[in-house]
Amino acid sequence: MTKFVKGNEAVVIGALYAGCDVYFGYPITPASEIAHAAARWLPSVGREFLQAECETASIYMVYGTAAAGRLSMTATSGPGMSLMQEGLSYMAGAELPGVIVNIMRAGPGLGNVYPEQGDYNQSVKGGGHGNYRCVVLAPASVQEMCDLTIRAFELALKYRTPAIVLADGLLGQMMETVLLPERALPKPDTSSWAVQATPETRKNLITSIFINAAGQEAHNRRLQTKYESMRVDAQHDNYLCEDAELVLVAYGISSRIARTAAEALREEGVKAGVFRPLSLSPFPAEALCRTLSGRKALVVELSSGQFRDDVLLHLAKEGQRYQPVGLCNRMGGMVMSVDEVVEAARRELGLGK
Amino acid sequence: MTQKKTVGMYESFTRSGRPSRATHYCAGCGHGIIHKLIAEAMVELGLQDRTIIVNPIGCGVFGYYYWDCGNVGAAHGRAPAIGTAINRMRRDAVVISYQGDGDLGAIGFNNTFQAASRGEHMAVFFVNNAIYGMTGGQMAPTTLEGMKTTTSPFGRDPLTAGYPLHVCEVLNQLKAPVYIERVSVADTKRIMQARRAVHRALEIQRDGKGYAFVEFISPCPTNMGLDSVKAALFCMAEMEKEYPLGCVRDRSATALARAPHAPAPSVEAFFQQSEQHQAPAEEVDASFKEQRLKFTGYGGQGILSLGICVAEAARLEKRFTTWFPSYGPEQRGGSAACSVVISGRPVGSPAVDHPDVLVCMNQPSYERFAHDVRPGGTVIVDATVPLMEKAPEGVRVISMPAIDLSLKLGVPQAANTMMLAALAQLEVTGLKREHLLEALDASFRKKPALIEKNRLLFNEAVAWMEKNL
Ligand SMILES: Cc1ncc(C[n+]2csc(CCOP(=O)(O)OP(=O)(O)O)c2C)c(N)n1
Repeated sequence: MTKFVKGNEAVVIGALYAGCDVYFGYPITPASEIAHAAARWLPSVGREFLQAECETASIYMVYGTAAAGRLSMTATSGPGMSLMQEGLSYMAGAELPGVIVNIMRAGPGLGNVYPEQGDYNQSVKGGGHGNYRCVVLAPASVQEMCDLTIRAFELALKYRTPAIVLADGLLGQMMETVLLPERALPKPDTSSWAVQATPETRKNLITSIFINAAGQEAHNRRLQTKYESMRVDAQHDNYLCEDAELVLVAYGISSRIARTAAEALREEGVKAGVFRPLSLSPFPAEALCRTLSGRKALVVELSSGQFRDDVLLHLAKEGQRYQPVGLCNRMGGMVMSVDEVVEAARRELGLGK
Repeated sequence: MTQKKTVGMYESFTRSGRPSRATHYCAGCGHGIIHKLIAEAMVELGLQDRTIIVNPIGCGVFGYYYWDCGNVGAAHGRAPAIGTAINRMRRDAVVISYQGDGDLGAIGFNNTFQAASRGEHMAVFFVNNAIYGMTGGQMAPTTLEGMKTTTSPFGRDPLTAGYPLHVCEVLNQLKAPVYIERVSVADTKRIMQARRAVHRALEIQRDGKGYAFVEFISPCPTNMGLDSVKAALFCMAEMEKEYPLGCVRDRSATALARAPHAPAPSVEAFFQQSEQHQAPAEEVDASFKEQRLKFTGYGGQGILSLGICVAEAARLEKRFTTWFPSYGPEQRGGSAACSVVISGRPVGSPAVDHPDVLVCMNQPSYERFAHDVRPGGTVIVDATVPLMEKAPEGVRVISMPAIDLSLKLGVPQAANTMMLAALAQLEVTGLKREHLLEALDASFRKKPALIEKNRLLFNEAVAWMEKNL
């Protein structure tokens, strides 16, 4: 069964099929349609919706839901995401699952409501205090807004850690066809760790405090080992890369523009492809190296080069010798045209106009 | 303070890392007494297995060392938000939020206020010791006028640091709370009253009646710079002057228990029911030439729904379709625009930089976008818009009296249907007329009376075009 919906609505469809018990959120453009759909749909299937008093409250309601062994989500955009950082750190520290959707808008500060990808570092590198990182998934279509939201719930539960769906205003607002899942995920059993107000779970404890330093270090090492182990769930997509001389590296909405640009380049006889991570954390680093090896690369992003820097870091960490990686970027809510990417690609290859 | 075995508390406090029967509290501190009152009450009321205590940040942070029930650690000030979620997700739970005056009255006050205003089902135990204990005796919102703390070394000056905060009285302005009382743990008589208040608050939770708030005036000898006896005397002599003891509100006898959830369909059943308009899944078709369309005009002219209608028609033909609107303040500022891409393969960029077809319902958008149209493309512009002297090269420009016709036919809001007819008549979308019509019908499925009317308008527009073009 299919439905023609906005990306923001597809997120809620995904959440419902993933078994999300409750939605908490505070309105903000361009994410508000997520709250609108949640307010209509969750109560219709016997789940709960609550408009929180602020994003700080939203994230701690997500924390509280997880502490009680249930599933919840919240959605927001830049300023709200910044307010949630303390809570994300607490969730990571207390090892609590939950899903946070960030429909990125332009910043810094109030910025504007148009699409940007400037929250890359904030989302992928932790963002709050301490040594942690979240699962971060990056949909590039309305279908993936649904599918990766489901995936985010699965990974959040699997690793007992917050999972972020990192999208942007354009993906949130656009409509495409979504193929609905066949059936909902089964209810998870959280009784081994959650506090459920039952005799069996009475001794369970949710906390992120380890008052002695050695204990806190051991906890940190355990967390780092867990984050390392997430590698197996890294996901990527290659488009026309096999024979490519130039690989466009992009995630989310930028990858859609890159895709059309690659097709346009091929029409001109330039063999271009697109490497697209679906998971930014864990990052598909090996696949990136394999795909880029011996090829020119151009990163396409709606941010200052945050993503390009990370691509370089991943290449270096995988032991790939330094290779120049070009950058085609826009910021502030400006979205690059296909022509701009084509031109940047030609420049990268040393081709004239 | 050594502890004899108390019900509701662990026998040995091993969670501290050092097996011990002593709490971490200073001699004469009120926290230990309040902990005990809560532990005893939850056992006496038979609620131990169902109780979840949200531990604060402040001296109470280690409550879980002691309380033998479900424990959840909160961030500073956020216990009410966490408790909100727990009580909604575990309706059988007896949720307790235990907080100090910095935690509750300063950093987390809005969370407290809003949770109280929503009437969350929890018992809030608020320890007012007039100071920040945990972090070294700084001024709290509840610090008395003139009282010296590490951050009010010359005494709290209300002109610069404000006045003591009366939390019970503030919360008493709200409708939802069921029970609000201020008690003290400074002497035995007062502790007996505090015990009754704790019981009342937990009974309200047991019975599912709503929000209960108990404030404890509590000594902090260490940070008050007094010995235990003097700290207790200070509480009774000075603090009670500012914070009178007593019950501020108790409507537990009349408050109604919350209603159980109504039965609801499964998510699968819900979407099955709600979707009447079924479109087939997309199919790859290399022979289909990708169409990129842009619809522009003023908000209220039905620009966005015109785009959706074309997109829905494309879906009926199994095309890959994207629709992307202008949004935010731009929309509120009066102009509306959307882009539609119709393709025989998965669509790359959903943004339309160079449309094959541009529909303009107003002058600003015509002037802004007409020159972006691809050579060989089409512009359909409303006849109210004066045409540019030089038409964009290689582009067909059609002036269509959509607004005028719809006005004449008495349905001014249907100019977009006229434009849809123009698109069908000009055959510029690559879509069949029957599908455009089917999508038009479907767009009015919630107002069936309008289906026939719009069909009529559609035909009128076609007739106009046959005659005039
Ligand atoms: C966001 C944040 N800011 C500051 C702190 C530091 N801090 C810990 S406890 C505390 C004050 C506690 O005072 P109160 O709530 O009155 O409780 P008490 O210790 O007196 O029982 C502060 C400021 C923190 N943990 N988190």
